Amino acid sequence: MAEIAIKGVAKRFGGFTALHQVDLTISDQEFVVLLGASGCGKTTLLRIVAGLERSSQGEVWIGGRRVDHLPPRERGIAMVFQNYAVFPHLTVFENIAFGLRMKKLPQQEVERRVNRTAELMHIEQLLKRYSGQLSGGQRQRVAVARALAMEPDVILMDEPLSNLDALLRLEMRAELKGVLAASKTTTIYVTHDQVEAMSLADRIAVMHQGRIVQAASPVEVYRNPAARFVGSFIGNPPMNFIPAAKAANGSWTVAGLTLSGPKSDKPRIEFAIRPEDVDAGGEGLRATVHVIEPLGPHTLVTCDVEGGLFRAILDSNASVQVGDDLRLAPKPDRIRWFDPETTNAL
Amino acid sequence: MHGKALPYLLLMPATLFLCIFFLYPFALVAFEAVSRDGAFTLDNFRTMAGSWKFPVTVRNTLLLAAIVVPIQLVMALLMASVVSRLETGRSAALYVFAIPLGISDLAAGMIWLAIFDQSGFLNTLLSSLGVVDRPVMFLGYQSKLTIFIAVALAEIWRATAIMMVILVAGMGLIPKEYYEAAEVFGASPWQRFRRITLPLLRPSLQTAIILRVILAFEVFAVVAALGGTNLPVLMGETYNWQFTLQDRNVAAASALLILAISIGFTLFFLRVLRVPKEARI
Repeated sequence: MAEIAIKGVAKRFGGFTALHQVDLTISDQEFVVLLGASGCGKTTLLRIVAGLERSSQGEVWIGGRRVDHLPPRERGIAMVFQNYAVFPHLTVFENIAFGLRMKKLPQQEVERRVNRTAELMHIEQLLKRYSGQLSGGQRQRVAVARALAMEPDVILMDEPLSNLDALLRLEMRAELKGVLAASKTTTIYVTHDQVEAMSLADRIAVMHQGRIVQAASPVEVYRNPAARFVGSFIGNPPMNFIPAAKAANGSWTVAGLTLSGPKSDKPRIEFAIRPEDVDAGGEGLRATVHVIEPLGPHTLVTCDVEGGLFRAILDSNASVQVGDDLRLAPKPDRIRWFDPETTNAL
Repeated sequence: MHGKALPYLLLMPATLFLCIFFLYPFALVAFEAVSRDGAFTLDNFRTMAGSWKFPVTVRNTLLLAAIVVPIQLVMALLMASVVSRLETGRSAALYVFAIPLGISDLAAGMIWLAIFDQSGFLNTLLSSLGVVDRPVMFLGYQSKLTIFIAVALAEIWRATAIMMVILVAGMGLIPKEYYEAAEVFGASPWQRFRRITLPLLRPSLQTAIILRVILAFEVFAVVAALGGTNLPVLMGETYNWQFTLQDRNVAAASALLILAISIGFTLFFLRVLRVPKEARI
């Protein structure tokens, strides 16, 4: 049982605040991904949970025990590093066994665990090799095996797939998901890759400028962004935003279209819609087509709406030409609204 | 110009320089060592080994190296670990530690002579504290042990920094992630030093030890300043044969012996501290 609780954790480096009062509770065996652009504080937060960095304030609890004053080795964690940190002077076997040797486990148990995790990660035939004789993907497997061999309550992963090539990343992603689910550990996984986050996470914590902006299931984060940043960061292409002017109470004018929306005192708010949530034709937003990119399953159309950039994903059969004036009808249940001042969802 | 030839061409001047000013004189010395009046003979080595001083010089030299180098190694590792961990003032600390490097070995010997001399600092201090009522002859011919200790101290003071500088550079090459991984996987600070730093520092350790051991066999000026002839060492004997006894051939034989010992130890440490190619960082 290892629930992780991060309570009011802040980190300042001199005058720079890397983390502002972060709160996050992760249930036992949950897979949480910290997602954000570089410099958002996600790695700092992970390192504070690991004990490799000290927080300026706040508490970290693992399995009902306060750990922020403890060194990493007393926290019951294992970690996979971005550059793998597979020790070059030890064989693969000794790398996987490293933590077990530190715990002074009997040789028989060490061998059992190393062999079991090596088999799990499909590296049994590499046990006698050194890190210098391994490919990036194999080193990655060693790093994961080393963490799993500890049979830890918590595994922390810092961008573990970012140094692999695209194809390998896809393969490892699926494999990691299976292995970690079977190992029943609580996992915190840091990445800047939203696809990775969506595919792996039980819950995604989107971070921006040292704060967690939203922590929710992948579908929730995608469908109902809590803030404008989440909508613009997640999704490829990202959400479209168009200014909306007040027409009447609870009714807004967006690019020549009047839509019913939230009741608000503000004269202007923002209308948002995902590119795949519009249909060409009928009553819709007035759009001028700039670029057409046929992508196979669908066609990506970049147009101009109200002087701003707007991307729509249309059926590959849609007959559109550059320069066309289109009507793009937003699906009513997919429309989201944001407050332009607080940038929060309305 | 052909690209393949260029590097060799560029190395040519240095190679020529070495051949003319090093290999050629070396060949001459080697020839002198194994000849007398133009005829081949091993008599020079016999004369050298037959001298009553020879076993003493060999013993003193080896003993000095065996005591000084390990102490320096431990101290250099300690100092390098501390310096590597400093976040501010790192270069200042390095400079302070490296000051003795800028002093010639004879000057270093004289500094320590000024301390241990009959009218030196140590005697002044001891008598002002009332520990002794008249100056002690620390470096007299009866007190060989004190001379030995004084030489060892001066050598440690003088040449630890060179090892430290090499080790600091080596520690800087070890990625921080290895330490973090070791820390997360349960290694205490001492275990991190023993299981990560030491093995990954092997190439630098090798360089530092070889360099220092060779210097230890060439110890001369510090011994001359502090011990005179009371603590004969190999290099001092070579000097004696050449200038006091005016026998170039035996001096050459003695120089060759020092070279042989140095090469022997170098090969030993190259072998012992070898890092297999696949296990490098």
